[in-house]
Parts: sequence; C-alpha cells; structure tokens
Amino acid sequence: MEVILDVTDLHIEFHDHDLPETAVEDFDLMLGKGEIVGIVGESGSGKSMSALAIAGLLNRHAIKKTGRIMFEGVDLLTCDRKTLRSFQGDEISIIFQEPMTSLNPVKNIGWQVEEALFIHHKEIKKEERKKRAIEMLKAVGLENAEKVYKMYPHELSGGMRQRVMIAAAMIGNPKILIADEPTTALDVTVQAQIVELLKKINRERGTSIIFISHDLSLVSQLCERVIVMQQGNIVESGSTAEVFRKPRHQYTKKLIAAIPKIEL
Amino acid sequence: MKNNNWKKILKDPYLVAGGIITGLILLMIIVGFFWMPYEPTKMNAAEKLQGASLRHLMGTDNMGRDIFSRVMYGSRVTLMIAIGTIIIGAGVGTIIGAITGYYGGMLDEITMRVIDALFAFPSILLALVIVSVYGIGWVQLLVSLGIAFVPSFARIVRGEVLRCKNMDYVENARLQGVSDIRMIFVHILPNIKGVMASSILIGFNNAVLAEAGLSYLGVGSQPPYASLGRMLSDSQQYMTKSPSYVLGPGIIIVLMVLGFAFLGEGIRRWK
Amino acid sequence: MGETVLRVSNLNVFYKNRDRKLFSKADKKIQALKGVSFEMEEGQVLAIAGESGCGKSTLARAIVGINKDYTGEIYQKYDRPQMVFQDPYSSLNPAKKIGWLLEEPLRVDKTRKWTEEERKKRVEEIMEEIELPLSMLERYPSQLSGGQRQRVCIGIALMRSPKLLIADEPVSALDVTIQAQIMALLQNLHKKHGISIIFISHDLRVVYHISDYVMIMKDGCVVEKGKTDDVYRNPQADYTKELLNAAGIRA
Repeated sequence: MEVILDVTDLHIEFHDHDLPETAVEDFDLMLGKGEIVGIVGESGSGKSMSALAIAGLLNRHAIKKTGRIMFEGVDLLTCDRKTLRSFQGDEISIIFQEPMTSLNPVKNIGWQVEEALFIHHKEIKKEERKKRAIEMLKAVGLENAEKVYKMYPHELSGGMRQRVMIAAAMIGNPKILIADEPTTALDVTVQAQIVELLKKINRERGTSIIFISHDLSLVSQLCERVIVMQQGNIVESGSTAEVFRKPRHQYTKKLIAAIPKIEL
Repeated sequence: MKNNNWKKILKDPYLVAGGIITGLILLMIIVGFFWMPYEPTKMNAAEKLQGASLRHLMGTDNMGRDIFSRVMYGSRVTLMIAIGTIIIGAGVGTIIGAITGYYGGMLDEITMRVIDALFAFPSILLALVIVSVYGIGWVQLLVSLGIAFVPSFARIVRGEVLRCKNMDYVENARLQGVSDIRMIFVHILPNIKGVMASSILIGFNNAVLAEAGLSYLGVGSQPPYASLGRMLSDSQQYMTKSPSYVLGPGIIIVLMVLGFAFLGEGIRRWK
Repeated sequence: MGETVLRVSNLNVFYKNRDRKLFSKADKKIQALKGVSFEMEEGQVLAIAGESGCGKSTLARAIVGINKDYTGEIYQKYDRPQMVFQDPYSSLNPAKKIGWLLEEPLRVDKTRKWTEEERKKRVEEIMEEIELPLSMLERYPSQLSGGQRQRVCIGIALMRSPKLLIADEPVSALDVTIQAQIMALLQNLHKKHGISIIFISHDLRVVYHISDYVMIMKDGCVVEKGKTDDVYRNPQADYTKELLNAAGIRA
C-alpha cells in the first residue's frame, strides 16, 4: 500500500506553566492511501493533540513539537507557513466534535462549504463553486441541497450540521480527512449514519481517514487498524480485529469491557 | 495554592502597577489621618503661591495654605465620596439588576426602560439637578452620584444573571427546594463576582472623576475644606503664575484613576 | 414493592414559539408532548429512549416540576423527585466547593432542621456512596473530571434520600470507560436503596442492563413500552427496530 502520511517520534510539549507538560510522546503513525485508522483513548490521552498537530493546527509558541510528519515529501512540522496553508483544508481536512460551534453562525451553509474552494482554488468561478457545493451537499446525504445551501447553521439539526461539516471538509477532495470525535455529540441513530457516510466517502473517493474516538465499538465498525492511546503514549496498535480478539494491554481490555454488551 | 496565587499576581504587570500606585495613594490618605505637614486650612499671608520646595512639597496656594497637606486631606474626601457612591450605586444596582434579571417579564421590561432613560441622562447633569433642588451638601452629593451610578451596575448584573439563570446548576438547585431569594444571592451572585470586581473598580474611577467634576463646577464640597476637584477649580486662575498649584491635585487625581484602572484591568484579565 | 410511585396520564406539554414575528398575532405554541401516559411501580427502573427532540427531557422536566405548563395529570407518591442532568460541566455551580454543594439540599430542607454535625455526617455518608475521597469536599467543580462531577451530581440528588430519581442522559457526555463506572454506581444505588429510577437515554445499549421496563418515544408520543427483554427481543414498532439497529443490536 502506498504510504501517504508518515508520522515518526512525534512529541508535543506544553510550556504554558512553569513546568513543561508532555501531551504526546513517541507517537508513530503510518497512514496508507485509502486506509481508515482509528485512534482511541480517553479525554486527555493526547489523541486530539496528535491529530491537531498533523492538521497543522498547533501553532502556538507555548507548544514545543519534535519529530517528523511527512506528507507528500514535506515535513509538516518544519515547513514554512505558506506550504502548510496550501495543504490545510485542501489536501488535509479536519472535522470536529461539536458541529454547533464549528460552523460560523452568521454565514449561510453554502458559504461555509465553498470556503475551502475559495481559498485554495481562486480560479474556479462563482457558479462552478456553487454547483460543486451543492453536489457535495448531496453527496453527504442532504436531500434538497439547494435549500440547505441557503440556510443558516441554527436551522439545522446536529446530524445535518455534522454532514455540512463533512461536506465542507471534503469539497477540495482532500487526501486525508481527520475526524475528531465526529459523532460524540450526536444521537446513536445519527452516529450510525455518519459512520456509514464516512465509509462511503472512503470507498468512493479513496480518501484516507483518521478517526478519533473514545468509543472502541464505533472504531471497530469503521477502521481496519486501530491505535490505542493512554496518557500521551501509544499503548497498543494493530488490526482492529486482532486488538479486539487479543487485547494485550490492560487499558485496551478496560476499553473493551466498557462497551455495553447485550446478549438477548 | 496561596503561594501560587501570589506568584501569579506578582507576574501580572497591571496588578503590580495598580497595586503600587493605589497603595501609595492609600498610604498618603492614611498618614493624613494622623499627621499632616501643616493644618490644611491654616492660611499664611507671608507665603502665598510659592513653588515646590522642601518646606512646601507642592508649594502653597493663593492664601498661603500648604498644598500637599490640602491634597492629603482632599484625596481623603474624594475617596470617601467615591466609596460612598459606589456602595450606593453598586448596592442598589445589583439588587435591581439581579431581581429584574431573575424574574424577567413585565417587571423587567419596565425597570429596564426606566434604567435606560436614566442611563441616557448625563450623570453630571442629573447630579446638578438634584443638588439644585435639594441644595449643596455631602448627603445630596452622595445620593445624586449614587443614583447616577445605579444604571450601569443594574445592567451589568442583569446581563450576568440572565446568563446564569438558565444554567443547569440553577435548575438543579431549584429541585433541591432553594428559594428565589437564596437562589439569587447565594447561588447566582457569587458567580459574577469577577465581573463585579472589575466594574466596581472602573466605576470607582468614574466616581472619582465625577466628584472632581462636580466640585469643579462648585456643587461639590465647600471651602475651606477641599476635595481634589475643588482645589483644581480654585487653582485654575493661577495656572500661569504658579503651576505647582494645579499640578498637585491634578497629579493625584490622575494617579488615583490610573491605579484603579490598572487594578481593574488586571482583575478582568485574571485567569 | 408493587405500589405505584408515579402515574402520568394524558400529559400534554406546550412550548411557546420563541421565533415570533413582529406582527404575527398570538404566540404559536409547539406541542412537545402529546398525550403521554405511563405508570411506574416502586423500585422499578424505567428507561425512556428516543432521539433528541422526542420529548424525553420535556417529560422529565414536567415530572420534577421545572416545567409547570402542562395539561393532564401527574400523580406522585412521594415529594421531591430528584434529577441528574446530562452535562456535568454545567450542572454544578462553579463558584461553590463540592462540600458546600452537597450540603445545600440539607440547608434548604423545609421538612426538618439539620444541625451542622448532622449535615457533615450525611455528606460523609454520601461521599462513600458515590465513591469519592473526602478530600474532594474542599475542591471546586472545575478541579474535578467529568466522571467525578457526575458522581457529585448523583450525590447531591441523593442527599435527602429521594424515592424517585430521574437521570437525564447522565452518561452521554462522558467517555465510555467512565460511562461504565457511572452505570455501575447507579445500579448499586438502586440495589442498595431500592430507589425508583427513570433513566433517559438515546442509546439503547446503555439502558439494557439497568432497566426493567423501557419506553420508546418519538415526536412527543410513546411509540412502544414494555418489559425491556420483550422490547429488545421482539420490537413491535418500526422506530424501535431502527433504534435497536442503530445501537448495533439486531433483534
């Protein structure tokens, strides 16, 4: 399999207080083209931090990052801002947990979906942009996309908003989609739909997906490979089926035990 | 925990600067209660309008009174009036704001429109009206300034109470059987003390300035006992002849306001 | 056992439409609950499941008396049912210490006066029940993790030993491992004290083990109700099947 993203020895340290705090230690990740990898761990385990670093969104001065994040022959940690910008939202996209606050409340849905195109592909005409945005909204399963295009975030339900987020992230046809707990704030029925949607995107477009969650059962539905994190460290990784069948680390066992089991 | 807080305070330039300036002013006022270089009302015809010297730190005024002593006394008066104003303004304003914000409805609508009207009225003008109707005096000055400060506090508190009112913890407390009054004063108000602290300090500044302004206009404290504003007003005709007369009270007003402004900003940024 | 603790008959709840236009006449009212009826026996655990917007939280609010704007009848055998909210981050007063928050229900108790020592003693008992160390009494909510906060919320609800506890999505905002712990805690408390619990959730996986009965709601109506095992094994309504499917339980 062609490797599209190669993260080695990623360390993230916060220097906000007198003592530096390590958020992520020795993080390694190889992401193949068209692969879905899950990162599982509790809040504070460093899973989101690693993802944000990959997306190039950890740029405060108080954060020290070492290691390498290789994408298309460029190290995202050391490359200049302009190169990083050209990847963000176009080649690497990210969707967040809270669809309520990740959309701008005063802009209509169309604007938010088109934003990435507007930034990265100025050559595309307005009508063309709109056409693509509506196509994208349809692709993420929003019926009557023309109507949704003109609506505002508060008029949509949580599930619809998350679909809009995915549409906005996918419009530039990125090579990597990072989904940071995209279903945690949603109902189970909607969760299942969003997982299906991510599967469909992966299948049809060949987008590689990094799926972050605290719920191992959700990860097992979607990912071939899983990385389990605890307190900034990777404690276990391997194929999902394998990890489920023979968990080696104590913490993984705990995660599996936490999945409510129902024998009828 | 305690130690950490101190460290954090000492690291914040606003709190440090504000603390030092305000501390010096307070020190001057407190010392003034026990000792002043001269009697602030004692005239001395031989030493009129002198410049700053070791004998008279800020020089003397047109009647030969020692300006530094008068400033010591005047800042005390100004500070007292400002404190009184804030106690009235913040006290009444908080109660009005908390109750109208908590209960809402018609009461809230009407009260807030009245408050809006009051707010639209320049505070100095309002004070002038009250003083001209009820005469000049300490009490009138305090009451008129206090009323002028009610609207801003009422608004701030109302906004904060509205924000807190729909939080789950308020509903949770209601389920325990907490009464409305207890809810407002014990459960909700402690949550807005940060906002209150900084608006009290900012209000304090405005009070100092308003008192100075009113005294300057001649409706504040009366001679021979002077507040800072009064002294400023008296000194203006001697501005060219003896600049130290203007500078003395002027600098103290600026420092007082600056000190509180720094403290307010520091508290606002806290955390 | 066996006596009715709660009977809801033909409950309708209306909400005022906030989105009112300038010149439109009367407020339009939205009906959040449409003729909901059910009964609950002492010591039971009843799960109410449905998606957000189905009216399950509205029902909870009507039962505990936060929302009094309803028609129909709610009969309760005991006073003061208690409630645990979904979001442990907003349901604890950030300005107060944990100890103070736990004591508050006793301080405002109108049925009896609690002395300082009695209060302290009761708080210690409850801290043991919710499995938190006593040292946490001196902390503020912001210094606790989500799971610890939810324990405190449960503790506050238990202070005056209620006979009916309503838990409105108490674990939805928590990590899975913490969810399991909180569920275990609730189950323990139920076994030990025989409290009747109404457990509200959108996730049928969560409620299976704890509930005796389950009631499925959609759009303000009860779609299906019955013994948990029966409903899971043999769902009648299409919507129930859909929910079960979404939770990965295929009947």
